[in-house]
Amino acid sequence: MGGLQKKKYESGSATNYISRNKARKKLSLSLADFRRLCILKGIYPHEPKHKKKVNKGSTAQRTFYLLKDIRFLMHEPIVGKFREYKIFVRKLRKAYGKAEWGTAEKLRGNKPGYKLDHIIKERYPTFIDALRDVDDALSMCFLFSTFPRTGKCHVQTIELCRRLSVEWMNYIITLRSLRKVFLSIKGIYYQAEVLGQIITWLVPYQFAHDHPTDVDYRVMATFTELYTTLLGFINFRLYQTLNLVYPPKLDGKGEEESRAESEEDYAMDSERYMEKLSALSASLVRVVSTAEAEEAELDHFPAEGEDGEKLAERLKARQDQDRQEKLFEGLKFFLNREVPRESLAFVLRCFGAQVSWDKSLCIGSTYDVTDETITHHVVDRPSLEKQYINRYYVQPQWVYDCVNARMLLPVEDYFVGVTLPPHLSPFVEEKEGDYVPPEKLKLLALQKGERPEQEEEEEEEDNDDSEEEEDEDQSDDEDELKGMEEKQALGKASSVKVTPGEAKPVNRQRAEQEAKAEEKRLAVMMMKKRDKYLYDKIMFGKKRSVREANKMSAKRKALDEASKANKKKKLKK
Amino acid sequence: SVGRGGACTTSAPSLHITFSLSLSLSLSLSLSLSLSLSLSLAFCSQDIRNTVGNIPMEWYKDYPHIGYDLDGKKIFKPIRNKDELDEFLDKMENPDYWRTIHDKMTGTDVCLSDEQVDLVHRLQQGKFGDVNFNEYEPAIDFFSNEVMIHPVTNRPADKRSFIPSLIEKEKVGKLVHAIKMGWIKPRRPKETAPQYYDLWAKEDPNAILGRHKMHIPAPKMRLPGHEESYNPPPEYLLTDEERQVWEQQDPDERKLSFLPQKYLSLRAVPAFSRFIQERFERCLDLYLCPRQRKMRVNVNPEDLIPKLPRPRDLQPFPTLQSLVYHGHSSLIRSISISPSGQWLVSGSDDCTVRFWEVCTTRCLKTMEVGGPVKSVAWNPAPSISLVAVSYGENVILVNPGLGDRLICSATDQLISSYEEPEEVKDQQVQWAVPEGKAQEQGQRLILTHPKAVKQVSWHGRGDYLACVMPDDGSSLQVVIHQVSRRRTQNPFHRNKGAVQCVSFHPSRPYFLVATQRYVRVYNLIKQELTKKLMANCKWISSMAVHPGGDNVICGSYDCRLAWFDLDLSTKPYKVLRHHKKALRGVAYHKHYPLFASGSDDGTVIVCHGMVYNDLLQNPLIVPVKVLKGHIITHDLGVLDVAFHPTQPWVFSSGADGTVRLFT
Repeated sequence: MGGLQKKKYESGSATNYISRNKARKKLSLSLADFRRLCILKGIYPHEPKHKKKVNKGSTAQRTFYLLKDIRFLMHEPIVGKFREYKIFVRKLRKAYGKAEWGTAEKLRGNKPGYKLDHIIKERYPTFIDALRDVDDALSMCFLFSTFPRTGKCHVQTIELCRRLSVEWMNYIITLRSLRKVFLSIKGIYYQAEVLGQIITWLVPYQFAHDHPTDVDYRVMATFTELYTTLLGFINFRLYQTLNLVYPPKLDGKGEEESRAESEEDYAMDSERYMEKLSALSASLVRVVSTAEAEEAELDHFPAEGEDGEKLAERLKARQDQDRQEKLFEGLKFFLNREVPRESLAFVLRCFGAQVSWDKSLCIGSTYDVTDETITHHVVDRPSLEKQYINRYYVQPQWVYDCVNARMLLPVEDYFVGVTLPPHLSPFVEEKEGDYVPPEKLKLLALQKGERPEQEEEEEEEDNDDSEEEEDEDQSDDEDELKGMEEKQALGKASSVKVTPGEAKPVNRQRAEQEAKAEEKRLAVMMMKKRDKYLYDKIMFGKKRSVREANKMSAKRKALDEASKANKKKKLKK
Repeated sequence: SVGRGGACTTSAPSLHITFSLSLSLSLSLSLSLSLSLSLSLAFCSQDIRNTVGNIPMEWYKDYPHIGYDLDGKKIFKPIRNKDELDEFLDKMENPDYWRTIHDKMTGTDVCLSDEQVDLVHRLQQGKFGDVNFNEYEPAIDFFSNEVMIHPVTNRPADKRSFIPSLIEKEKVGKLVHAIKMGWIKPRRPKETAPQYYDLWAKEDPNAILGRHKMHIPAPKMRLPGHEESYNPPPEYLLTDEERQVWEQQDPDERKLSFLPQKYLSLRAVPAFSRFIQERFERCLDLYLCPRQRKMRVNVNPEDLIPKLPRPRDLQPFPTLQSLVYHGHSSLIRSISISPSGQWLVSGSDDCTVRFWEVCTTRCLKTMEVGGPVKSVAWNPAPSISLVAVSYGENVILVNPGLGDRLICSATDQLISSYEEPEEVKDQQVQWAVPEGKAQEQGQRLILTHPKAVKQVSWHGRGDYLACVMPDDGSSLQVVIHQVSRRRTQNPFHRNKGAVQCVSFHPSRPYFLVATQRYVRVYNLIKQELTKKLMANCKWISSMAVHPGGDNVICGSYDCRLAWFDLDLSTKPYKVLRHHKKALRGVAYHKHYPLFASGSDDGTVIVCHGMVYNDLLQNPLIVPVKVLKGHIITHDLGVLDVAFHPTQPWVFSSGADGTVRLFT
């Protein structure tokens, strides 16, 4: 035999993984620093296939990282910066302890910092990669920008987050690339399409947060550090692609106009720029002044292997999108003071509307309530005292629903004080067999160009009629039954009679279907065990979804009936 | 009251007032400004100096004196005879009352002069006490840069003023060294805002690090559905029961992480209380969750179903229940068809054996026997009309007397023509000829066994009859009778396991014995075991041999039907799990490529089982029909199945006391 004895756990998967503690020791970092490094570098643990083997026979719970990942971390210059910072803290503490204020001051002046540029470049080698991952960055920045300026985290971070998010919104407005908006109970979801990437972010409602105690803000802050860097570079690049000046500057005309007002009331000089930028009411300065030129007409090159239908489809999609981008073009909106100004201004400006608000509400208002050319007034209160005749007073949901429907919906359902129709999620795409709420069906019909309302009323009437008919039918049936019973009673008395049998009509289709179903059943019986398992699983899932859909529709039916009954009662009264 | 202490010397022409800490006199002043001021004053004119110092004067409250003068003599308190009324009158009448103060040190009342009042006023206003003092006098610059001919001082200059300082040199040297060594760094210009630039100016899509090829991007957040809307359609809101269920569930188990809610307008929507937590959880997911690429199987379930020939193309096979044979009052354990296909015999637990005409369902004959009938078997030889019936420990051979009379009489003759041999061997089974009523009923022979007989099975020729007496470990479990010679053999010295059923091979001298888990095939001529078939099931219940002789099917109590191809392997060629419950009976058709299995779930499943003569082609098994009809009683459904010998019909007997014919 000969040869060396093979030892356990010296090759294979045991050597490919490293536990968290060992990795930490290898990098000689504290746990907090290790965590920070993992966050910044995007290193995540791995679940080994054979945990026990990797764990060298032990079954204790451990987190494992790939050894390659940890080796990769060892070359990271930031690790050195972490150590420097650790030393800095130690020196500072010492200086304070000895009451050497001069030294402390000097040390603080030389506080070591680090930049994350190279990490961003490394994690996202191409710009598209970065854009693909910007969802979380946006959500985080929007959240941080709503934090109070005291406690929790540095004021600079909050201000930076606010700045970046405002820049992002301004970019989206300029590009007009917002696609969907959704008012959820958590916050407002926005979806935009930037350079072909679908980007979704969530913005909380403008309220103070009750800061939870079970959240580690250090982790959040580390993420924010990374995200602000990422978003800053992305913003820069995006502004560059649109020939916009970065950092953004407001268009000169707008600025002068708005300066005429007494705007010293709102903000200090140092803050005014940011405030006006975040008002989202003015357009931005471009590097090339001819930026007003329209977009060049796109030439269409049919891709190879693409047939006419597909091309037509693509063209249609393109046209739809163009139409959506100009949805509110030419409309003039005025926001009442109780509506969420920033969100509405953002959405309206994204679709080409002009928007203004009360002068005392926020900086950057462009026209007054009394303006005769205002077409829509967004109001969110039960009633309004003074109303102008030549404008619609609508609730804010109208704006969002219009955006999602890609068309101007009838305003009647959204008037002040009217019970609003349900607000549907634009992100749900119902597959076959899923439950589709009736409102969605109505909307789809509207998009196709039908006018469902009158029909519906008619339908309702029809329904009533049919119900009555049914009632009649029922009564007819009852009559028949009674007759039958009587006849039976008579039959009992009379002698046995043989009546000529009636030929039962054979439903061929049904018979065929049944035959097919049985065939399938029999074939299923002959399936292999492995296939059968998979098949059963798939069928179980399908059945469950069908069951859920049925449950929803039954619930809806019951609710509708209840509400109808209520209406009838009221009418009777 | 404002306490003020200060040291100041001033020279007034009439009064010499000294403010000092050591010689102090506290005055209580009540001025028109309603401001009281305690001052330390010493009156030199009277030169009564109290030497007690700045102590609380109430310490001398109980003494007649108030302190000591410079000579150490007691200063006595002046005799005070003013009461409140006098005080009041004094206040009303005395015009100098407002400038009269009480000197606590001496206990006397002092009337302040105009100068003194003025001084107090000045001090109150924060001015200097001396009227003539000018606080803004021009300063004389003694040590100016102008060189004067007369120096201010005549002191010679120090040496250190004209040689460089060593201490400073040392200090500077240290700093220089520290700078050189990089210990002291120049203060960095403070960066206010991060600098952004075009990071991807020179992007190279191919310059992806090796690690990032393996990198799995984090999955995006799930997009919200209708239920998350602030104003969802009403069916998405939870009912009270659903809400209760939701509240009782563990947060990890919940399908929705939030309660759907409806608000009438946007202004009514509150802040979401778990917003920060959810974002934090997302952060945790991003850096703590192991990521894995999961290949989602995207299979069309229709593709999984095997492509089989359509049952319609495999006709004929029984499809409909056409006849039901009523008559038995208890479950029917066994049925058998006459070789002509005209008669049917059934044995039931109600201790009767019934003979039926197949086409009319008429019960032609009922024979009562002395126990529940376990098994009946019609002799397969067409020239003999005999039925073997087993009940208890007995097996009787019955001539039903149906059909061709010639055959019946021939059969009777055959049995009666038996001649006793000269040497009577001792047999374990006793052969007896019934007499009387039994003889009239058609019973021809009674074989009494030592143990209960469970199954009887005829050889194809009709002369041999095998009986099974299941008993684990006994050597006498299977016996083979020869009817013509009334002889009994015990083919096995030793049986392995409890025998469940036996069968003769239709063409070759083989004998198949099914124990609980195996089917053994014995060669009766060579007297050896030729094959042992592993059924891969727990407990075999029934067995049937293909008329071709190369295939065997076994039904088992664990819902399986195993098809053996004897040429192929000793393991099942196919195991069919079609039934939901235990199989009780299996049968092959004699001519058609059909086999059937009956089970406790009340169904008979007919399968197409085509066996090809070509040895290279494996048998084709296709289920063609599930026949239902039997009613499940006492958890028992179908107990036996049998095919018609010529037609594609199948009979089944059930626990509901009926025999059913499917055509």
